[in-house]
Amino acid sequence: MSSAAESNREITYAEALYEAVSREMERDPAVFVFGLGVDDPKGMYGTTLDLHRRFGADRNFDTPLSEDAMTGVAIGAALAGMRPIHVHQRMDFLLLCMNQLVNVAAKSSYMFSGQVRVPMVVRGIVGRSWGQGAQHSQSLQSYFMHVPGLKVAAPVTPHDAKGCMIAAIRDDSPVIFIEHRMLYKNRGYVPEDSYEVKFGQARILAKGDDVTLVAVSHMVVEAVRARAHLAAIGIEAEVIDPVTLAPLDIDTIVASARRTGRLLVVDNDWTNCGASAEIVTQVIERTQDETPVKVARMGFAPVPCPTTKPLENLFYPNARTIAARALDLVKGSPQGWMPDGAEAREIAEFKGPF
Amino acid sequence: MTSAPDLRARLYTSLYRIRRTEEEIARAYPTDKVKSPVHLSLGQESVAVGVCEALRPTDIVFATYRGHAAYLAKGGDLKAMIAELYGKEDGCARGKAGSMHLVDIAAGMMGTSAIVGTTIPQAVGYALAEKMRGRDTVVVCFFGDGAMDEGVFHESLNFAALKKLPVLFVCENNGYAIFTPVSARVPAENFCERARAYRIPARRVEDGDVEELHQATVEAAEQIRSGGGPRFLEVMTSRWAEHVGPGEDDHLNYRSRAELESWKAKDAVPRLAAKLDPALRARIERAIEAEIADAFAFAEASPFPADRELFDHVFGG
Repeated sequence: MSSAAESNREITYAEALYEAVSREMERDPAVFVFGLGVDDPKGMYGTTLDLHRRFGADRNFDTPLSEDAMTGVAIGAALAGMRPIHVHQRMDFLLLCMNQLVNVAAKSSYMFSGQVRVPMVVRGIVGRSWGQGAQHSQSLQSYFMHVPGLKVAAPVTPHDAKGCMIAAIRDDSPVIFIEHRMLYKNRGYVPEDSYEVKFGQARILAKGDDVTLVAVSHMVVEAVRARAHLAAIGIEAEVIDPVTLAPLDIDTIVASARRTGRLLVVDNDWTNCGASAEIVTQVIERTQDETPVKVARMGFAPVPCPTTKPLENLFYPNARTIAARALDLVKGSPQGWMPDGAEAREIAEFKGPF
Repeated sequence: MTSAPDLRARLYTSLYRIRRTEEEIARAYPTDKVKSPVHLSLGQESVAVGVCEALRPTDIVFATYRGHAAYLAKGGDLKAMIAELYGKEDGCARGKAGSMHLVDIAAGMMGTSAIVGTTIPQAVGYALAEKMRGRDTVVVCFFGDGAMDEGVFHESLNFAALKKLPVLFVCENNGYAIFTPVSARVPAENFCERARAYRIPARRVEDGDVEELHQATVEAAEQIRSGGGPRFLEVMTSRWAEHVGPGEDDHLNYRSRAELESWKAKDAVPRLAAKLDPALRARIERAIEAEIADAFAFAEASPFPADRELFDHVFGG
């Protein structure tokens, strides 16, 4: 039984990740961490801070940039029975790793009929704010969701960050682990003990009967805020966080959409060929012979991310635009309503230089 | 220490086995029973044989889509290989891999890749894991001269040298990336110099002599096992068949007939055969002919995998 102090224990998302990784390194000598800067004085937002002092320089080490080869190194080590965690300070650099991830990591178990496994975690940190611009802000989940053999996790709460990371490290398949840096300072209840958050189980973060909001990564935080705007005008939104995009818990989403009759999917990514397209399509496939669900999608503006703040503000959905779109969906026509509200605190407060 | 006659018998057994297997695959190919593209090792057998006969069974080999020779030389199961080419359930990967992705984990033969250069960093990563665990494994990585054009080659050698990892890089230089000669791809054919630029000792074996290559590998493996870090071998060789497929492609005139003939004139198989006792040679060849016939019969008799296997093993868990 957990004590009262235990049940109140709140730590940040970054601390939860550190706890998950360090606990697994204690538990399993096959786990090691590497990537550009993991043993530097900042320790990847604290998530890898001083792991080399605790576990030795060969278990938390810096690398040449060489993203392509380092991904192959992770695969080779995994083939040899290790459980590498490869860290990328910006997710965008994963584009340099695609050959190894898609052609080898994703396919080895299948091509070699289960004789080999590639248990590796690829941590991709999504930048946003302070002018990260077109090449430091992407999250790319749809690229990885598309490929059989890869798992994709994008936890939002500190609780799920820890539990998903432990599950990812113990998983015998390659896992793309998407971390939005605007979540790192979020605080929340995290049990002290090790636990796994099972992949493929969505969370219903708030109940509601009027509209289903499914959001991905940082957009979950904005969707929860949008729900408050909607509640103020008498609209009850249900908010669902898929937690993992591959596997995707479509059953929970379908059940909610079937009940509310309205589904708005908000992705932290572009909409075309993206997670939102996949989720909406699966819901329609499953419900089209019943009363059809009304659907809408939101995501990045269909342009590369601009650096300048006024344009960047237009690029992302936010709590206000999500609430407005949800109301239009509920009413069945444009309502011209936009709630008042300030920019998200974590974005407004973030300062550079990086 | 193996005696010279014993070593020659072993080298010849492996060479002859690969040569005759490749010839039989080429012979069977027009029947359409081989359900897979084949990149034959004909002409290049001595590279895999010279290297692999110098290894321990516990050593690890990574290779390429032109991997029949490496697979067999490292001890890969011949029956499972032919069944794999036939797409059968007794294949080394139950038919899901084919010729380009041969695998025999028990023999230390890791799965091969059809993307040029792709297995180079995996060999380095495997070597990293072995070093972390204090094992004295040597990890060998075979790749062609085409892989020298890939950026990942440089990234991988740099990291292997930086961490002093137990890898033997073996460049099988057959002079062509499909039809494109080395001279059309690089300003200077200085592959050993590239390795030396990363402080990796490098050596070039010029004429495909299997005994010379074996000795070079013995020396390199000793240095690697004693903690000396990676080594690089460039082995000059020649692909006799077309890039992919069972036939020849000399009529396309992308290389000179004299070039090919000069390599055929120093064919490793008869060169070594001439050094063997004729009776011993005959015994070796008889046994291999029977083994190959058995392997093809085994592949013929094996069933195709069941439909339900389509969905097996997508994930490792």
